[in-house]
Amino acid sequence: MATQHTTEEVLLDVKGISLSFGGVKALSNISFDVRKGEIRAIIGPNGAGKSSMLNCINGFYHPQEGEITFKGETRKQMQTHKAAEQGIARTFQNIALFSGMSTLDNIMTGRNLKMKANVFWQALHLGPARREEVEHREVAERVIDFLEIEQIRKTPVGRLPYGLQKRVELGRALAAEPDLLLLDEPMAGMNHEEKEDMCRYILDVNDQLGTTIVLIEHDMSVVMDISDRVVVLDYGRMLADGTPDVVRKNQDVINAYLGVTHE
Amino acid sequence: MTGSTPNSGDRDTFPKLLLENVRVRGNKPANREKDYGIWLTWTWSEIADEIQALACGLKSLGVERNDKVTICGDNRPHLYWAFTAIQSLGAIPVPVYQDSVAEEMQYVYDHAEAKFAIVENQEQVDKLLEIKDNLPMLKTIIYNNTRGMMHYDQDFLHSYKSVQETGREYNTKDPDFFLSSIELGNGEDICAMLYTSGTTGRPKGVMLSHNNMAITANNGCIREGLGEDEETLAYLPMAWIGDNIFSFAQAYCAGYCVSCPESSDTVLEDLREIGPTYFFAPPRIYESLLTTVMIRIEDAAKIKQAMFHYFMGVAKRVGMDILDGKPVTITDKLLYGLGKILVFGPLKNVLGLSKIRVGYTAGEAIGPDIFVFYRSMGLNLKQLYASTEASVFITIQPDGEVNPESAGTPAIGVDIKISDNGEILFNGPGVFQAYFKNDEATRDTKTKDGWVHTGDAGYMDAHGHLRIIDRSKDVGKINNGTMFAPKFLENKLKFFPHIKEAVTFGHERDFVTAFINIDLESVGNWAERRNIAYSGYTDLAGQSSVYDLIQDCVEQVNRDLASDEKLAGSQIQRYLILHKELDADDGELTRTRKLRRLPIAERYADLINALYGDKSNCPVEAVVTYEDGRTDTIKADVQIRDAATIVQQAAE
Repeated sequence: MATQHTTEEVLLDVKGISLSFGGVKALSNISFDVRKGEIRAIIGPNGAGKSSMLNCINGFYHPQEGEITFKGETRKQMQTHKAAEQGIARTFQNIALFSGMSTLDNIMTGRNLKMKANVFWQALHLGPARREEVEHREVAERVIDFLEIEQIRKTPVGRLPYGLQKRVELGRALAAEPDLLLLDEPMAGMNHEEKEDMCRYILDVNDQLGTTIVLIEHDMSVVMDISDRVVVLDYGRMLADGTPDVVRKNQDVINAYLGVTHE
Repeated sequence: MTGSTPNSGDRDTFPKLLLENVRVRGNKPANREKDYGIWLTWTWSEIADEIQALACGLKSLGVERNDKVTICGDNRPHLYWAFTAIQSLGAIPVPVYQDSVAEEMQYVYDHAEAKFAIVENQEQVDKLLEIKDNLPMLKTIIYNNTRGMMHYDQDFLHSYKSVQETGREYNTKDPDFFLSSIELGNGEDICAMLYTSGTTGRPKGVMLSHNNMAITANNGCIREGLGEDEETLAYLPMAWIGDNIFSFAQAYCAGYCVSCPESSDTVLEDLREIGPTYFFAPPRIYESLLTTVMIRIEDAAKIKQAMFHYFMGVAKRVGMDILDGKPVTITDKLLYGLGKILVFGPLKNVLGLSKIRVGYTAGEAIGPDIFVFYRSMGLNLKQLYASTEASVFITIQPDGEVNPESAGTPAIGVDIKISDNGEILFNGPGVFQAYFKNDEATRDTKTKDGWVHTGDAGYMDAHGHLRIIDRSKDVGKINNGTMFAPKFLENKLKFFPHIKEAVTFGHERDFVTAFINIDLESVGNWAERRNIAYSGYTDLAGQSSVYDLIQDCVEQVNRDLASDEKLAGSQIQRYLILHKELDADDGELTRTRKLRRLPIAERYADLINALYGDKSNCPVEAVVTYEDGRTDTIKADVQIRDAATIVQQAAE
């Protein structure tokens, strides 16, 4: 579904990325770009290197070769906190929330990087720290309103059903007001209804907040429905790159997904 | 409480009452709403300003006197303001149930000849766009929440804010318009048109005048001594007459503040934060609150359980007397006081009910156990007998004379008579004007001198209290000669926390049978504690251990009935647990959750035949309608069981 606000401006450019762990080649010579305002999907069978790719983008893994350009700034290696400061936020395949903390507090942690007051003021909860907290709370509340999770604002996330936890995790990423949002299997393990809800929120984030999104997903129908362009990986190699229609007809992709007899 | 009655010339309509409230208490809070986690407050002066802007905006969009303007959405201050804004133009607000599916909505819009719609959000706009082609009268749609509306470019769509901006411009050009338009109105004008949910046939548009609503509302305030300091939470559907009276009309008469919850899912938490002093809830809300309490108590530590049960025992013995101001022994008083500190106080606080002075319930009969539970904790819960055609109040239980069986004494200004065939009729200031475009129904329901047929059977007892037996048109006869009062039996079943809904059959049959809907929350918790696995309602409802549980309830009802000479013949001989929950979206319940017997009987004819046959199971398929209008089929094999009946001992 091509959205009209996608521009030609490239937000993220990945060039010739190769990553290996010892003898295992996780990614070899991957290149693609992400345009500002689009929903970009990365798909592929298990072990194709999708999560590794995301980990490279947000600086968790350091690829041996290649370079990544984000907002015009080129880098070979990146620290995760720098990536976050530059405006990249992500969610994880396995939920990584603070299960004893409330939904609101979890979402507030997404604001952590933007808190400038020093420990002294924060400890006293006075002066600049207090003013700041009010601002950050407002952002957090907007996220809560956006994702319609008012009723669980004060519930410890450990007590929430899986689908809602996923939504809280998305909320925490949104609280950082990112320019680029990386979603690692946002719909894994969800039932049909939860998936539909999540799709709606992803489209809304893209549409109303103007956030560029890179997502990894197994569910092909979801990917084909909501993304503007798709990259297909298999065994660390790039098989295809293009609009859902183009990718769907690509013979290599069909082989990778449906299997092919090796002579 | 304000001094004069609302029907005197300068305060005989709600827009005039608004101006009065601005004069008397302009800086007092009128509305609150929780937004982004914070309670926002509007004073009477502020809401008057908002209403004026909206009214002028509607005027510039072309709203004329007597035009119908629909209002549809969750309880929001902006939608309540729409009522007054529409009324100040002499137009007529028509609130619509926000959970109606598009088809039901189309009927109401079409029948009401609505030209304008004010709705809450994208969801409601989408529903209207779906049916708009079939509604040639509908010219303009105004939406309050702009979320998701960015790409809608139809020129008949306007945001609430933009309409208000246009209104503010209009007001600078013609500053006298708003007040002079209000002056044109009087108490005889139609104040609102409400569609009754209709247990039979299509909904009817009940037209109520300003006098109807304002006088009735004011009388209600006088009866309970309601003043400007009351706190209420508006959470029931705006299309229902009760919400119109409690959250709008009475607030305008007494000048109290109405708060709107953040969303329909946060009501319980908002209730706790607001701490209402005046509260209305249908029995099912009190039931579900009690069910939550009981589930949590069963999960609590032994010592807490013991404390709860001990002090609830004390409360059951003396709590009602203490609330009614009757004498009790010193020991009991002390024990009750201790219970208040340790159990009742904290419990009421958790439920958000600790400040309640007046708590009403109506719509359906409330189970005596539930009623006693709340009253014995010191909550002044009272039943009232209400009807849309009466602008709510017909009878109210007076303080100090509350008993679970009666519906109370007539409200101020209301007369009651019982016809020869036992039907209750009432007359009073709230009697509706007519059904819109339905003279035949009006003639059937309302006599020339203003008496309204309720369709309910009842009698006045020796203390002047009204007692209601059943809806007279539902009461029938079993072939063995016993009277068949379905609602009476169903209520007895529903008083068990495990049973959510029941439908009984017996008219012109040899014996009585029943459909049961289990309460998923309560039975689900019961099953969990016994390690019974289930995948959903249909699965749980079909399990034989659940049947055993329900069997006990049914047989308990039979034992109760056996001791009643008149009703011993209406014991339930066979029953089944329905494979799906009865739902308003499937046309089985009304939007206020009353049974629609005819559609149920038609839809489940096979099951009814099986109940009167000799088989022990019956395969069924049922079509279910999802909220977005899509349909699906549920297949199940429903078990049918016999329940033991008790033979009445021959009187010797």
